[in-house]
Amino acid sequence: MTEQYYLSSSPHMHSGATTDKVMRDVIYALLPACLTAVWFFGLAALTTLLLCVASCLVAEAACLKLQGRAQSTLADGSAVLTGLLLALNLPAAAPWWLTVLGGAVAIVIGKQVYGGLGYNPFNPALVARVVLLISFPIQMTSWTAPLASASGVDAVTMATPLGEWKTAVMLTSKLPAVQPADYLNYLTGNMAGCLGEVSAVAVLIGAAYLFWRRIITWHIPLTFVVTVAVLTGIFWLVDPTRYPDPLLHVLTGGLLLGAFFMATDMVTSPVSSTGMIIFGFGCGLITVLIRLFGGYPEGVSFAILLMNAATPLIDRYTPPRKFGAVGEVVR
Amino acid sequence: MKIKRFPGGLHPPEHKSTAARAIEPCSLPDELVIPLAQHIGAPAEPCVVIGDTVAKGQVIAQPRGFVSVPIHASSSGVVTAVEPRLHPMGRPLPAIVIKPDGRDAWPDGLEGGMNPLLVDPLTLPPSRLRDMVRNAGVVGLGGATFPTHVKLSPPGGKKINTLILNGVECEPYLTADHRLMLEEPERILAGIDILRRILGVERVCIGIEENKPDAIAVMRDACAQRDIEVIALKVMYPQGAEKQLIFAVTGRQTPSGGLPMDVGVVVQNVGTAAAVADAIIHGRPLVERIATITGPALVEPKNLRIRIGTSLRHLVAECGGLREEVVKVIMGGPMMGHTQLSLDVPAIRGTSGLLLLDKNAVATRSEGPCIRCARCVSVCPARLLPTTISAYARRDMIAEAERFNALDCIECGCCAYTCPARIPLVQSIRQVKGAILAKRRLS
Repeated sequence: MTEQYYLSSSPHMHSGATTDKVMRDVIYALLPACLTAVWFFGLAALTTLLLCVASCLVAEAACLKLQGRAQSTLADGSAVLTGLLLALNLPAAAPWWLTVLGGAVAIVIGKQVYGGLGYNPFNPALVARVVLLISFPIQMTSWTAPLASASGVDAVTMATPLGEWKTAVMLTSKLPAVQPADYLNYLTGNMAGCLGEVSAVAVLIGAAYLFWRRIITWHIPLTFVVTVAVLTGIFWLVDPTRYPDPLLHVLTGGLLLGAFFMATDMVTSPVSSTGMIIFGFGCGLITVLIRLFGGYPEGVSFAILLMNAATPLIDRYTPPRKFGAVGEVVR
Repeated sequence: MKIKRFPGGLHPPEHKSTAARAIEPCSLPDELVIPLAQHIGAPAEPCVVIGDTVAKGQVIAQPRGFVSVPIHASSSGVVTAVEPRLHPMGRPLPAIVIKPDGRDAWPDGLEGGMNPLLVDPLTLPPSRLRDMVRNAGVVGLGGATFPTHVKLSPPGGKKINTLILNGVECEPYLTADHRLMLEEPERILAGIDILRRILGVERVCIGIEENKPDAIAVMRDACAQRDIEVIALKVMYPQGAEKQLIFAVTGRQTPSGGLPMDVGVVVQNVGTAAAVADAIIHGRPLVERIATITGPALVEPKNLRIRIGTSLRHLVAECGGLREEVVKVIMGGPMMGHTQLSLDVPAIRGTSGLLLLDKNAVATRSEGPCIRCARCVSVCPARLLPTTISAYARRDMIAEAERFNALDCIECGCCAYTCPARIPLVQSIRQVKGAILAKRRLS
């Protein structure tokens, strides 16, 4: 009788976690934001979302084929996720070619040139967003008013709250008036902005799911948001006529989407909890500097990308303290 | 009060289906294959030859050096071979083969031991007790099989003030220690009294995971008249790892590369304590142990009292045989156990369990790239960067792996268990640890 058994080195059990499941969970967490985007911006949002995902998948498939790698990794969900994140970072009125180009840039330049999943130093969706923002500033900042189709008009352009503030301060050195009711709109997403930026509630529901599924920890998002709130709060307290209040800073623009979904990208953020806190603080600091003193009204994308670049350095200087260490640290 | 635990770790499904099954005796097999290497340290030296008649408990191999213990016949019979046989470590190693005569007889008509002690063991000097422990071949029964007398001989200058009994049993599936605590607490306590006498310690604690409330209750009851703390610990693998247990119980961190005695602690498994009691009070050497024979491929999983040297095949038959095709045979638990080539391998002193997995319980999935999710980092109880060390290890960058503290890895397997990309993290770290140590020996 010949018996043949598997020989392997322990452990002989596995949690069942897979990369696909991690990606799927993040995709599920983005669904509330996608649905609100479609609710507020209608067919344009839906088209942008689908087109962007399709573009990412085609670009990924092409890259894998060119490299002679198995197409099976196409199903890991990472390209779909990049597509959704990029779409949520585009204005609803983005022309189709911009969306398609963005998807290709994200996958080819943001991810595959570095070796594909796990090897990219920068968040691919943000690389694409910044490339598009710098190359096509007009198209990337043409915001449509939400629920425009409901009013019977094709598209009404309007400024984002942060953009409105920046323009007003530059022209008149005075803040535009903000009504209390506006905050409710910021919360639900009834304002101008990128597809995924507009609804704080939708982003937070998705974030809650990510926490529940233990895909993300509090370290990066909380530090990021608190840093922005505290720093902008200080300026607001000093001169409330010139600087918007921290609530506006937190609820508008890309802060929440960035903090919970982009800065927490595993591949491009530090691995230790100390590193994550430094990373979150850096993101918050740079965001505030750009928002208050930079040329752009919004700085979340740039902040995260700059901190992505700092991630290897942060990892190097924040190794966990090994159990039983007596004054030793790895360098 | 906050439940005591250690940093890192995780909670795999427990699968402890045998927890309610009382310990059963195991029938005498046709052949006992007793390896000479059953403990950490030098293998024993045979002192019998083919054709010798041996009694149960008779010494059949003598220790070589201090870190070594004698080996005893686990039943009476005739020595039929002294030759290499397939060992649980995966290759043939010298063993003494005994054909039992069926009488299972101790020498000179004695019952249940070699020479029952006629005085109160606690009146004997510690050195005498320590020698008796050694002569009985007692080793750590948690699985590491480190000779117990060595742990009980702290070098001068090392003051031991705490004895911790390990009743954690954090490996999934295994319930042998659990049943021992439920059914034979008096054996454990008799052992504790002797260990306390040998070490001269003030504080004695028994650490048990919270998932065994019945064992905690029984031990608390049994300890009512004694100065022994029974401490409920959070259910968290690897709570039973020595340094993690010490931290949870005392808050002391054993220094990297150091031993528990460096923080004034000695840890003994509850099964080892029971074996110490048998050795001293009944003069009964370590010829049997309790093991959990379990797994989805088995008809009737059980907790068995097994003779050392019984083949795994006999143990499987004792549990009603197989119901599914076995694809993986594991000696020990699923997190740190060793896979076996064949069922024709003997159970040895370190065999805490036998786990038979069918194809549904064996994960085969190809590996993907690391997505730096850091789950391995957050679960690592040694607080290392498993993915970083593993990446170096797999590129043969031994010096870098060493710099990232590969040698501090306790090989618990939490990293590989939790990795979504299915990277063999602990496996590659284990290999690089070997390479680092080999390099050190050369230089």
